[in-house]
Amino acid sequence: MATTQLEHIAKDIRKSVLISLTEAGSGHLGGSLGLADVFTVLYFQIMKHFPEKPNHPDRDKLILSIGHIAPVLYATLSEAGYFEKEELLTLRKLGSRLQGHPGRDHGLPGLELSAGSLGQGLSVAVGMALADKMDEKKREIFCILGDGELQEGSVWEAAMSASHHNLNHLCAIVDRNGVQIDGQTSDVMNIEPLADKWKAFGWEVLECDGNNIDSLKETFSKFPTVNKPTVILARTKMGKGIKTIENDFHWHGRVPAKSELPDFLKELE
Amino acid sequence: MRFYTNKGDKATRFGFGEGVLEAAKLNPSVVGIGVDITASVSMDLFANQFPERFFSIGIAEQNAVGITAGLALSRKIPVFSTYGVFAALRTTDFIRISVCYNNLHVIIGGAHAGISVGPDGATHQALEDIAIMRVLPNMTVLSPADATQARLLTEKAINDLEGPVYIRFGREPVPDFTIPEMETNIGKGQILKEGNDLSIVATGHMVWEALQAAYSLKKKGINSRVINLHTIKPIDKEILIKAAKETGKILTIEEHQIHGGMGSAVAEVISQHYPVKMRIMGFPDQFGESGTAGELLQKYGLTAGNIKKECEILLDS
Repeated sequence: MATTQLEHIAKDIRKSVLISLTEAGSGHLGGSLGLADVFTVLYFQIMKHFPEKPNHPDRDKLILSIGHIAPVLYATLSEAGYFEKEELLTLRKLGSRLQGHPGRDHGLPGLELSAGSLGQGLSVAVGMALADKMDEKKREIFCILGDGELQEGSVWEAAMSASHHNLNHLCAIVDRNGVQIDGQTSDVMNIEPLADKWKAFGWEVLECDGNNIDSLKETFSKFPTVNKPTVILARTKMGKGIKTIENDFHWHGRVPAKSELPDFLKELE
Repeated sequence: MRFYTNKGDKATRFGFGEGVLEAAKLNPSVVGIGVDITASVSMDLFANQFPERFFSIGIAEQNAVGITAGLALSRKIPVFSTYGVFAALRTTDFIRISVCYNNLHVIIGGAHAGISVGPDGATHQALEDIAIMRVLPNMTVLSPADATQARLLTEKAINDLEGPVYIRFGREPVPDFTIPEMETNIGKGQILKEGNDLSIVATGHMVWEALQAAYSLKKKGINSRVINLHTIKPIDKEILIKAAKETGKILTIEEHQIHGGMGSAVAEVISQHYPVKMRIMGFPDQFGESGTAGELLQKYGLTAGNIKKECEILLDS
């Protein structure tokens, strides 16, 4: 798909994120906006998936380890046609299929995993990749991690096991926005040197501008390698698209007031 | 009523290992996860026969549980086993979210359960696992009475159930007395001995002790009912309420903390449906210690002799 088209889709996804979170009145805006470009490229360029048949056996799978940015996953799934966009307005409400953190028991199509406790998703992705390897099934497994999440030790257990078992069809994407709830990641708990860490754990390491469609397209085209899992360190801006929010960690878990929404939506145009 | 005899001592962990192997022979979806103590938890039977279906994950229990979730989401039936202290406690959040919230058919084997692990001491004596596993929604909690039953329940858990299962078993050889022809169904308790003077509800290794206590009470003219509660969740309300109505008093015995374990589960049923006097026997809200299995069971009163004594106290109260 042409870059301009993908950029247009990313803009629509950001709008959906803003509208649904404003309506919900709570949730995680910053990370959801920051990852809109990554989700766009994955769902509209890279991944093989079937919105009409969400459980198609040949689909690629996306595991969202950072469940708190569910709004961008929901916005992307509806943009791709898994369900009607109006349903985004039910986010976080009683009886909704769009739980605050993803919950499969509510039956949302296209959702691969109930998740929200950090440090678990990569292990689940490793399990899926192991099953595919055993079945000699050609399928890509993508797993989205937060950079703050890498402070969880279990992520590194999973990283070690993925390279040990040569899971080359596994691709982890780290949302490297450099901020977390308490402030800058480098102040809360430094995770650098990040590329060296992943290399030391036996991964192919790629880096890109996670808010640039062309950069993302080019980087994803290098996956998979022949024998190693791949990690993409995607540099993003939390709150990307809305200048007053960008890189401000206070917006990790804040949502716009209804009065702010029209200006934010206008800014995306 | 059958009189149960010991066919020979055998550790329940070997029953688990045999059950996994038997189920795996019939079902190619069964896969195993090893975390370095494969032979100790008797998963070596499976690993040796099906090396291509066995994944070594190293000493990383949290990752292992997450991996089982991924395997289960990809239509495998993963069996993960390690010592109960790690299987149930170190991994609890992973079991809660990745396995139970996703409601996945994952078999978790909690080995070396109870104080009878012995000399390894408190760190390795799983005395809290029942309490923690049974509060998790969707989880089934099994605690077989002997090796034969461990094998049977493991096979049934793999073949017949759909959601997550925690199976608890021990390290030391214990009397093997159940017979394969006994009707054994997950979710249904078993009356091993009839009686109407009081009920003894036991689980795991304590079932044999309870039977011995009942046999010696009988010699004194006391007819106790012995119930093997091999499934702690979902609990068999029917058999418990019937016991309360017909015997009027219930004593429970388990190799686990008295807080939150099988006895608590029984009390939750009895207190709400047919309150009768109860006595909950188990470990007294403290950590274990080193010693032989026999010495420890003696010290903490988890013996037939002590069960008999407690029954008499309950009857007199």
